[in-house]
Amino acid sequence: METGRFHEKYAEEIAVYGTPYRRIWILAVLAVTFVVVPLVASPYWLVVLTLVGIAAVGATGLNVLVGYAGQISLGHAAFAAVGAYTSGLLVSRADAPFWVAIPTAMVAAGVFSLIFGLASLRVKGLYLAIATLAAQYIVQWILSSWTWITGGFQGIVIFEPIQVGPLDTTTPTGKYLMVFIALALVVMFVENLMRSRSGRAMIAVRDQDIAAAGSAVSPLRYKLLAFFISSAIAGLSGVLYGYNAGLVSTEVFTLALSVQYLAMILVGGLGSIPGSLLGAAFITMLPIWLRDLLPAVGIELSASVEVHLLTMLFGVAILLFLVLEPRGLYGLFRNVKDYFRMWPFSY
Amino acid sequence: MSEFTQLMVSGVFTGMLYALLALGFVVVVKGSGVINFSQGEVVVLGAFVVSWLLTDVGVPFWLGVPATVVVMMVVGAGIERFALRPLQNESMLALVMATIALGSIIRGLVPMIWGDGLRSIPSLIDQRRYEWFGISIPTITFWSAVMVLILLVAFGFFFSRSRLGLAMQAVSDDRVAAQSLGINIRLVNAVSWAMAGGIAALAGYVWGSLLGVDSRLVVLGALIFPVVILGGLESILGAVIGGIVVGLVESFSAGYLNDDLGAGFSTVAPLIMLLLVLFVRPYGLFGRPEIERV
Repeated sequence: METGRFHEKYAEEIAVYGTPYRRIWILAVLAVTFVVVPLVASPYWLVVLTLVGIAAVGATGLNVLVGYAGQISLGHAAFAAVGAYTSGLLVSRADAPFWVAIPTAMVAAGVFSLIFGLASLRVKGLYLAIATLAAQYIVQWILSSWTWITGGFQGIVIFEPIQVGPLDTTTPTGKYLMVFIALALVVMFVENLMRSRSGRAMIAVRDQDIAAAGSAVSPLRYKLLAFFISSAIAGLSGVLYGYNAGLVSTEVFTLALSVQYLAMILVGGLGSIPGSLLGAAFITMLPIWLRDLLPAVGIELSASVEVHLLTMLFGVAILLFLVLEPRGLYGLFRNVKDYFRMWPFSY
Repeated sequence: MSEFTQLMVSGVFTGMLYALLALGFVVVVKGSGVINFSQGEVVVLGAFVVSWLLTDVGVPFWLGVPATVVVMMVVGAGIERFALRPLQNESMLALVMATIALGSIIRGLVPMIWGDGLRSIPSLIDQRRYEWFGISIPTITFWSAVMVLILLVAFGFFFSRSRLGLAMQAVSDDRVAAQSLGINIRLVNAVSWAMAGGIAALAGYVWGSLLGVDSRLVVLGALIFPVVILGGLESILGAVIGGIVVGLVESFSAGYLNDDLGAGFSTVAPLIMLLLVLFVRPYGLFGRPEIERV
């Protein structure tokens, strides 16, 4: 009779394929994502899934910071903006190829965020949230008033499509593949990060910073590392947004988007990769459901009211999950799964 | 020279109004230790409530403003009861996240109730400006600053003399120790949030009269942080000094730097100052220096 899974060796603790089934699961998910969906899905669903994927990249990145290092960032939309503008301008003004521009953009977003990280992470407490709120407003101001960077009206920068072999980001399938290849790489990176010394150090700093410092784990160093990685991935999500939409403007990267990222990881589940993906899907689909469901029950909303309603619902979602299920949707899923696994002898 | 004095004087007066914004934040930190990211939004809600009462409902001024204070105190206590009390044994991360969520809820709710347009608050005092020695100050700013001074002194006495005020400080210092000495933590938390709501009503009235009532007022929420980081998160005197410094920074950068660095730099300048203060003196001028470096 199985009562649970217990790890006896450290190797079991960090194993990617914890159970034999996981290997099959992961292969199945990869096959569905990269083979079945592009062949079967309608263009509409490809577009929706692409948006989910872009959000999932950002949410996975933010989860490294909030879920594993226990710090809050209210500036991830700003770091996404830094990434998007860096790569967009490198390609459009310096004719850099995308495989140079994208990594540069990620590093730029990470390095830029370190200004705010260095100011606030030396102190114990959630000062990073305050510094990143400042970052959000400072970046929005720079984008809207330094026209020599952004160039002209509303800072619109055009993204040239990527065309390499079969990958062509002018088509919905190409965009979908680009985003999900990036997402797969990010997930693989974060999963491996959490199996490494650095990942465990972040968790140690989150849970007991004094004990961590006593074990020669520098809290400042690992909080900064988590913040850097998290912002760089946010930068990547900004780049993907640019390639998907074909352009970026200053209107996109608002405080509301930063809060939306927070809503994703809280709804999905803090400190879990499947949680980030579930949360990104939930929050991205919410406006689509609203648009489809509300007219069905006879409520018509104007576009501006819809925006405000969504702003409110993101807050409500964060609050509800904080109070009712802090482990998020993935926690709910685990509860259901455990119930059936233990059935009928649950305890 | 006269431009300099003009900028300085108006900076100091505007700074008093920033101190009023920050006071609501400080009261919550003192009473519950929570870094409150929704104070700016609560102020906006207060501004909309007072403008709705005075213009749409047509309540006279002497009734409308106190009524708003009462309404917002109830709102504040309600926030504590329904959003924060269920989380009272959770980590600080959860509490701070809850205030961010509350901010988002209010930001969405306010324009859904009152629409997107700009509203105004009928002024009790006419829209003149006082002219002294060639320096001009809008009357509303002047009298608001006087009110803020009185309020700040009153709150200073409340926290240093009254039993409840001391109890609140004890709770923010050490919840468990305060509880074991018989302090009712729930009451203290509820009172501090109610106070923050009442202060937000006044701040909403003052800032709404000054800038017009509009959901863009939420930017004020971001300007609370330079004030309290400079002054120290839980110091009332710090809120005054921090407010005045932020007012001066804003006023001087509006006067001298906006043309060179781009329009709107004066809104961002306090945020840049915030970063510098975090680098140099993270516990602020009057905060408790036992803040831990890690």
